[in-house]
Amino acid sequence: MTCSDFLKELTDYLDDSMDAQTRAELEDHLQWCHNCYVVCNTTKMTIEIYRDSHLYELPDDLRKRLRSAIMGKCQNHSACSPETDKGKSPGSTKTT
Amino acid sequence: MGTIQPKVADSAGDELALVHAAKAGDMGAFEELVRRYDRNVFRIAQHITQNREDAEDVVQDAFLKAYQNLGNFQEQSKFYTWLVRIAVNEALMRLRRRRPERMVSLDEDIKTEEDSMPREVADWSPNPEQLYTQGELREILGKTIQGLPPSFRTVFVLRDVEGLSTEETADALDLSIPAVKSRLLRARLQLRERLNKYFKNRTGGDGKQ
Repeated sequence: MTCSDFLKELTDYLDDSMDAQTRAELEDHLQWCHNCYVVCNTTKMTIEIYRDSHLYELPDDLRKRLRSAIMGKCQNHSACSPETDKGKSPGSTKTT
Repeated sequence: MGTIQPKVADSAGDELALVHAAKAGDMGAFEELVRRYDRNVFRIAQHITQNREDAEDVVQDAFLKAYQNLGNFQEQSKFYTWLVRIAVNEALMRLRRRRPERMVSLDEDIKTEEDSMPREVADWSPNPEQLYTQGELREILGKTIQGLPPSFRTVFVLRDVEGLSTEETADALDLSIPAVKSRLLRARLQLRERLNKYFKNRTGGDGKQ
């Protein structure tokens, strides 16, 4: 396995979505290839840092304000057209 | 080396009961859905638009649109995945309005293989969390993800920050599974490369290959 082969599989490796044999081959590569080991380790850290960073948290006061605005708009919509919009498609919204 | 596990809990049955109640006109049930997912929608919207006001508008418009179209939601996917699809579309629309000179599309694809190939291999030690305060770290992470193309940061935020599966991400973005995987790999590698300048080992050599 080359470093390029390893990189192609990196996402599946980190997500643990591969068969045991491919996984064993990748882990064998990691045993002797320091560069791939570092790339793999720092990519994993990148994901974990973003996941745990609380980047763009919604502050409580803004959250209350937004919820109140949303519910107000929904009430208005219900008052204006209780059933009429059902079945109408919003431009880009898939109906699954 | 360990793998990354999704962080979101599955509460599909409970969610469906709320959706049914909301469809039947129970505003309290819809408010509970808002309460459950408003933080996620805001985070996704701000990751995509990179603008606080736009993110606030996206949250309002996405929930209103979801409410108006609940009757169209046929429950073949989770409500959350359906809501994410609406929110992503709203966020991309706002981004296009703000940057009309640049095409903003989820169909952007790989220009060269080199754009994600590691150029610098350096270990991160000590741990970045020990080098910076929480505030400094958030600033670095924000600046770094801002530099990624919208299609990459959208896939990254859904998969790696919000914990959607590859299939759910593909469904929400109307992309194929290989397209999601390709963008995710490149987003992860580009972020890693960009973070190197902040996090690389300060005590060892320059870490170049």
